[in-house]
Amino acid sequence: MREIFFSDLASAMTTLILAVVILTAVPQILSWAIFDSVWTGDPAACVDAGACWSFLGEKHPFILFGIYPPDERWRPLVVILLLIALALWTLPTAHWTRRTLYLWIAGVFTALLLMRGGVFGLQHVPTADWGGLPVTLLLTVLSLAISFPFAIVLALGRQSKLRIFSWASIGFIEIVRGLPLLSLLFITSIMLPLMLPEGITIDNLLRALAALTIYAAAFLAEVIRGGLQGVNTGQAEAARALGMRWVQTTRLIVLPQAIRKVIPPLTNTVVVVVKNTSLVLVIGLFDLLSAGRAALSDPDWPAPYAETYLFIAVIYFAICFGISRYSLWLEKKFEQGVQ
Amino acid sequence: MTNDAPPKPVKPPVNWRLLGLQLAVVATVLLIFGWMLHNMFSNLAKRGIMVGFDYLERTARFPIAESVLDYTPADSFAWAITVGVANTLFISLIVIVLSTVLGVLLGLARRSTHPLAYGLASAFTDAIRNTPLVVQLLFWYGFITYGLPASAEAFNPAPGVFFTDRGLYFPSLRIDGAAWIFWLTIIMGGAFFVYAQRRAARETRKTGLKSGRRNLLIVPATIVAALIVWAVFGLTLDVSTPVLGRFNFGGGLLLSPEFVAIILGLVLYTTAFIGEIVRSGIGAVAKGQWEAGRAIGLSERQNLRFVIAPQALRIIVPPLTSQYINILKNSTLGLVVGYPELNFVIATTINQTGQAIEGVFILMVVFLSISIAASLLMNWYNSRIALTTR
Repeated sequence: MREIFFSDLASAMTTLILAVVILTAVPQILSWAIFDSVWTGDPAACVDAGACWSFLGEKHPFILFGIYPPDERWRPLVVILLLIALALWTLPTAHWTRRTLYLWIAGVFTALLLMRGGVFGLQHVPTADWGGLPVTLLLTVLSLAISFPFAIVLALGRQSKLRIFSWASIGFIEIVRGLPLLSLLFITSIMLPLMLPEGITIDNLLRALAALTIYAAAFLAEVIRGGLQGVNTGQAEAARALGMRWVQTTRLIVLPQAIRKVIPPLTNTVVVVVKNTSLVLVIGLFDLLSAGRAALSDPDWPAPYAETYLFIAVIYFAICFGISRYSLWLEKKFEQGVQ
Repeated sequence: MTNDAPPKPVKPPVNWRLLGLQLAVVATVLLIFGWMLHNMFSNLAKRGIMVGFDYLERTARFPIAESVLDYTPADSFAWAITVGVANTLFISLIVIVLSTVLGVLLGLARRSTHPLAYGLASAFTDAIRNTPLVVQLLFWYGFITYGLPASAEAFNPAPGVFFTDRGLYFPSLRIDGAAWIFWLTIIMGGAFFVYAQRRAARETRKTGLKSGRRNLLIVPATIVAALIVWAVFGLTLDVSTPVLGRFNFGGGLLLSPEFVAIILGLVLYTTAFIGEIVRSGIGAVAKGQWEAGRAIGLSERQNLRFVIAPQALRIIVPPLTSQYINILKNSTLGLVVGYPELNFVIATTINQTGQAIEGVFILMVVFLSISIAASLLMNWYNSRIALTTR
């Protein structure tokens, strides 16, 4: 004990300072979160009390599903479960097959159809009424899926010997990466409607998706470029020597090796994309965070900000922490595979 | 194809297929862009919006809650945007300084064998890195505006310091009179000290003898000089402490909830990332370097300072650069908590004038030029500390 906590002056100081901080903070946090908190009851009980957990008990369906028609809430719930199930199914590397890809495509289409309705006797729900966690998850999955092919093209373009392609790719990647995502969201939400001919209006969800996709494409492209640089040039030369054309060489020899190399960092980029989706609240889209904010505006309750944002933070944390641990696990597994 | 194919000519012939492909792609992109631009101009014309930067001269007529530069609604749009840029740079700079210091401490804590320090540092890093920054900012903003007490029963952690739901109040110091002479004296003394230290270090490298032992005398000399200047020019120190008035505090220095939320949120978020960079940077230095340092009798701290840190710095600087640029980009989230940075001002401007393209253009130019300037600066620094191989 003594050796660990008081081995020299610096560590003794550290122990003392941290102990004081913990001893003052923990009782306060505990009394707020547990002893003085309100678990059940009406808004009046929350006045001058600790954490108002009963607010979350009352509002969590609204935070999770937004203004989606309350009678139809089973549909976003199924969408959430479907996407989680698909993600869990994909985790073991043995499941990385073409069939899984088809499963994902089918799953995402089912999810979109289920959310939108209008078929099979389901009530039609316009995208303006979608909200909460399904929007966050769908934005993540769709922006990743759409941006991935573009990212590959951009990464290849950046490496290309054809000047026009490399200049265009570098320009696109650097401009997008130099801009804050918030500005990009503004740009798409203001400029996209202006750039389309009159009469064609573009959905708010699609505008946000456009910005997220552009941003993700630039980021993924840089990750994939790292993989491309890691592939020995001898591989491409050998393929050429066998008489393969450029398309064949790239598709069959270079890309599979490059992408395999960067799968762990790609998984980590998913965390960034998940976190980025929370920014859509600035253009008035109803994702998890905006739904939480909207729930807080109920005048009947004494605005339990900390509780609501903690609840939202915990959901994001569960998703992101899971993915980053998974990425670490993949990294280890791949390292072992190489040796 | 047979093995005895003739050798290829040295200069490859023009590949018409590739050239055609490139031209086709360029033509398609230009066509799409042209079509979009055409739509945009016709849309703008229909709405009666003139494209151009003339509106920058007009009076802005909207308030900016707080700014580093002086601003009134009577100023022009151009000035409002400048004020926004200044605010963005101001918060970015504060966050860069604070989160670098804290990030280094965090990185060291995550490498320490002290279980409390290690445990807390790891939990902090995981919690911060795996939640979106916006959620954290809104949490802090909600915490300040709803979690802190009203002015009447302000939280009073130290004399003269009050935490209320309207912001944090601190006592402020102000020098009355010609303060610049005083500051100039101190800056000159500091500059002289740095110069003398560098000269002494050069001398030591050349001769191998210790030199510059008397350099420390410059510090008291500067203080004495500054005090003389103080007396001669009749400067006085004006201490202003916040005092509770009828509804609110007056006097002192007020940090608004918006400002505190954006600074606190950004500093904590960036600290977690910089801590990780520092940790892995130190971890990447070869083990033999530590052992060699110990073998020649350096203490752990000396080892870190003279052997490990200079090598770790080379690994740390490139990712640190992108972190600094990220701070600049993340500062745009001030918009979410209502801190008037550039994005906020531009959004207001677009709302008021409808000059969307110009606003977006200014936004892009400002951010891209700051990003490029920052990365050039860091590249220069990086080349200075890079390994010089002989």
